[in-house]
Amino acid sequence: MQRINDNNPLGFHVPEPSARPEEQPDFSHIRLSDAGAIARPPVDCDPAITHETSCDLIRVLDDDGKANGPWDPKLSATHLREALALMCLTRAYDDRMFKLQRQGKMSFYVKALGEEAVAIAAARAMNSEDMMFPSYRQQGILFARNRDMVEMMCHCISNSKDNLKGRQLPIHYTWAEGNFFSISGNLGTQFPQAVGWAMAAQAKGETAIAASWVGDGTTAEGDFHAALTLANVYRAPVILNVVNNQWAISSFAGIASGAQPSFAARGIGYGIPGLRVDGNDYLALFAATKWAAERARSGLGATLIESVTYRGESHSTSDDPGRYRPKDEWKSWPLGDPILRLQQHLIALGEWGEKRQQELETAQAEQVRLAYKEATSFGTLREGPLAPTSTIFDDLFVEQPWHLRRQRQDLGV
Amino acid sequence: MAGMTMIKAVNSALDVALQNDPLTCVFGEDTGYFGGVFGCTGGLQEKHGKNRVFDTPINEAAIIAMAIGMASNGMRPVAEIQFADYIFPGLDQIISELTRIPYRSAGQFLMPVTIRTPCGGGIYGGQTHSMSPEAFFTHIPGLRVVMPSNPYDAKGLLLASIECDDPVIFFEPKRLYNGPFDGDPDKPALAWSGHEKGEVPEEHYTVPLGKADIVRSGSELTVLAYGTMVHVALESVRVAGMDAEVIDLRSLMPYDMETIAASVNKTGRCVVLHEAPRTSGFGAELIAQIQEDCFYALEAPVLRVTGWDTPYPHAHEWAYFPGQTRVIRALKQVMEG
Repeated sequence: MQRINDNNPLGFHVPEPSARPEEQPDFSHIRLSDAGAIARPPVDCDPAITHETSCDLIRVLDDDGKANGPWDPKLSATHLREALALMCLTRAYDDRMFKLQRQGKMSFYVKALGEEAVAIAAARAMNSEDMMFPSYRQQGILFARNRDMVEMMCHCISNSKDNLKGRQLPIHYTWAEGNFFSISGNLGTQFPQAVGWAMAAQAKGETAIAASWVGDGTTAEGDFHAALTLANVYRAPVILNVVNNQWAISSFAGIASGAQPSFAARGIGYGIPGLRVDGNDYLALFAATKWAAERARSGLGATLIESVTYRGESHSTSDDPGRYRPKDEWKSWPLGDPILRLQQHLIALGEWGEKRQQELETAQAEQVRLAYKEATSFGTLREGPLAPTSTIFDDLFVEQPWHLRRQRQDLGV
Repeated sequence: MAGMTMIKAVNSALDVALQNDPLTCVFGEDTGYFGGVFGCTGGLQEKHGKNRVFDTPINEAAIIAMAIGMASNGMRPVAEIQFADYIFPGLDQIISELTRIPYRSAGQFLMPVTIRTPCGGGIYGGQTHSMSPEAFFTHIPGLRVVMPSNPYDAKGLLLASIECDDPVIFFEPKRLYNGPFDGDPDKPALAWSGHEKGEVPEEHYTVPLGKADIVRSGSELTVLAYGTMVHVALESVRVAGMDAEVIDLRSLMPYDMETIAASVNKTGRCVVLHEAPRTSGFGAELIAQIQEDCFYALEAPVLRVTGWDTPYPHAHEWAYFPGQTRVIRALKQVMEG
């Protein structure tokens, strides 16, 4: 350490990731814990005692695919096979849509590659009436809630059946019927909104709770602070999730956090318990969300969950990760691939096999192919039909005022 | 009917809304137990309970976001921003979220949110407690912008705003809270008691959004004003002895172009007043639309009397405020034009 001396010139500090393109991936800074090693505190615990759960890593699945310790949710094989299928479906859908974007079929796409477990586990650990305020990488929630895939695609290709009338960039889904809020492109705004939704549920004496997601980068936004402050002040029944996938476009998590190794630990300062979870471990994620949901439903307030995972693909179709991180960095990610890990667990239980996996993947690829074919029958962004042009003036005011009527007439629609 | 200040009228509107609709709630900084720094929410927590009228942390983004979340869950929140000057930390939640959620969700989530906020100078508030930022908000698609000039309109417009399914920002000119103000700071302060518009029904009523009020009929020229400047306009016209038509816009977005155009087409002359800075102020929009709709009826260039393109100064408040001298000069000039 530098000797303390008033006369030393100060140095400017900008954090750098452990590896850049052409360098060896290095994840030695990611603090791991053994599966089953972290105690599961009671849901009514004092948030101040969640130092261990928020700084270490809650893991259930070990390297052999076995479930361990107090966080094991002890799910049925049927449940696990459904979860695996949903994660695989997310990946199959993403793969196809990403390729279609590359072929010019849509303007933009965002994959959830490598972090599929995050959304699926949370959605499966919550109830269907619970409200979701996701960011743009939790498309898995829609699959977990059985949203029609054709409708999802119609939105992404902005055709005549897009339930958002072509107003949103692809993947910025809204599905009120499925208790899925309108996804914003402005990062973090949904975090305090979820708290407001949860407060309304309290005010109305209802039982539903809310959940929201932001990425590691977005924790730097003021809305992160707003959400945690509100959530604790009003003891709102909400689950606040940070998906720490290591990268915010080209900025590594250290640009958002400095050298701090945990986002979950930030909860404690607000009076909110923190859980830092292996984000590629379906069982650990499910158990953590259950713990937070039980706490919320018991009137004990919010939980901050950090899912430690890795963004396997580019941020979106608009950036090339080869320009800011090692090309094969994902292969060195110490927490592996969430789909392979759940598969391994099911195989260890004797409930899954290579052949069933093959059949699942073939069937899902076909499902996605047919869904896209059906979606295009309602039009595409390039060739139409789109929503009628006059609809660009709708939904701003309950009744269209004179100035918008005039502008619509100017446009001649 | 009861004699009410604008503070009491706002309070009465909130009271009626809370009474009539269990899904309405009222919150903001100091609005709960204390009843607001101007007293607009006084007694409401005691009457309706702290689950419906409550204090918030000092975070305007959080206040607006909370309102959005509540509205998405079927409630009809009324948020107070303590001073309009403080609203800017909440601007992302207003511009990118509140006003766009109905649009980007194609109507799946409506946003029946009302944001109340005191605006304007005349109370020695300095640059952080005197702003009139209405023009920023009229530039946001999907947001209604309202500013009353008297207690009767304040209550009726506020109830209409709360009951409207569109988001509304409701500016309360703080210089008018306790009485009308004609722009002359040397006169003793006036009170609302005895003023026609200080007589306010205690029960529910609404004043329609998007409709201006012709507060003085006339044939020589049209004066467009809103908020505090309505009273400055009336007194200036009286002192100048002109047969002017004075229109209180009340709603700035959507504004009542039908009433404005009918008047300007009749008089052929127009002066627009606002307390906010001049350049890109709301007057610019009004004048642009007037020249589009009334060009061939105009006898003279339309003039603006506004605050200067400076922050609201503290010690030189009255040098900033567009008072009677400046207004009368413009009235005369437009008659000569």
